[in-house]
Amino acid sequence: MTPFPLLAAAMLSLSAPIAGPAAGQMTSSAPLANTQLADPQQEASAQALMEELRCLTCQSQSIADSNAPMAGDMRHQVRSRIAAGESPEQVRAWLVERYGDYVTYRPGLDSATWPLFALPVLFLLVAGVILFRRLGRRGE
Amino acid sequence: MKKLWLIIPLMLFALFLGVAAYQLTQPRDTLVRSTMIGKPLPAFDLPGATDDAPRVASGLFADGQPRLLNVWATWCVPCIAEAPQLEELAKRGVPIVGIAIRDEPEAIAQFLEQYGDPYAAIARDDIAEVQLALGSSGVPETFVIDGKGIIRHQHIGDIRESDVDEIYAKWEAAK
Repeated sequence: MTPFPLLAAAMLSLSAPIAGPAAGQMTSSAPLANTQLADPQQEASAQALMEELRCLTCQSQSIADSNAPMAGDMRHQVRSRIAAGESPEQVRAWLVERYGDYVTYRPGLDSATWPLFALPVLFLLVAGVILFRRLGRRGE
Repeated sequence: MKKLWLIIPLMLFALFLGVAAYQLTQPRDTLVRSTMIGKPLPAFDLPGATDDAPRVASGLFADGQPRLLNVWATWCVPCIAEAPQLEELAKRGVPIVGIAIRDEPEAIAQFLEQYGDPYAAIARDDIAEVQLALGSSGVPETFVIDGKGIIRHQHIGDIRESDVDEIYAKWEAAK
């Protein structure tokens, strides 16, 4: 006899009490969680924004990628706000006001994030100077 | 002198490795904290726990009395664990308003019968709109709202026995 049926039985018995009451929260019931907006342009800008917002319960997925109920409810917020005429940046700002920069994959420039933007420029400059001196020397 | 220049990239790389190794040994804080502390409770108007129960609106919070706002759900296992602690806080005189996330009236009634009902009122938030407006990222979470309707404190996760005194103190401080 292999240990696998036993293991499977143990896992089933462990997950059963959680699976039962969890049934109510398996999907988002928000109307716009999985329904595209009628206006293709609005849907495109909503989709672009959803790919840049972090799912709060799964944390390493965007809300466009995640099946978590919370991600569905966030997609509903994004779509309904954009349908109501808000710009994607207004919707992003609404979420950042509540969850901080953590919620967005496109951080803004502020006192904590400036090295992210400054360092690549600095590295390019240093590389440029080194290259210039090397090439310049060869030409002599 | 020129040799020294050559090992600088290597030293930078070693420094990077050192920082990465140090960070790996540190416990990771995965809590997503609300940045709404100190700000007014977002306006809301939600249906009550059952279809004939009165609606629950944010206006309720601006009557001078601090309250707890407990974000929970009947499908949430840690919410069962914190039920006795909410009961204890209610017994000490703390009014608790519950917001049930993605829930059903029958499930709520059954939960309250089984695990006790510490709530002054319960609202149903089927699409987590108020939860998102609060900056809450999971269940259970508990917010202290002062008498002017300002969010004063957020407790993430179930309230353990050891948290009861702290939360009571935060509620007292919000008076």
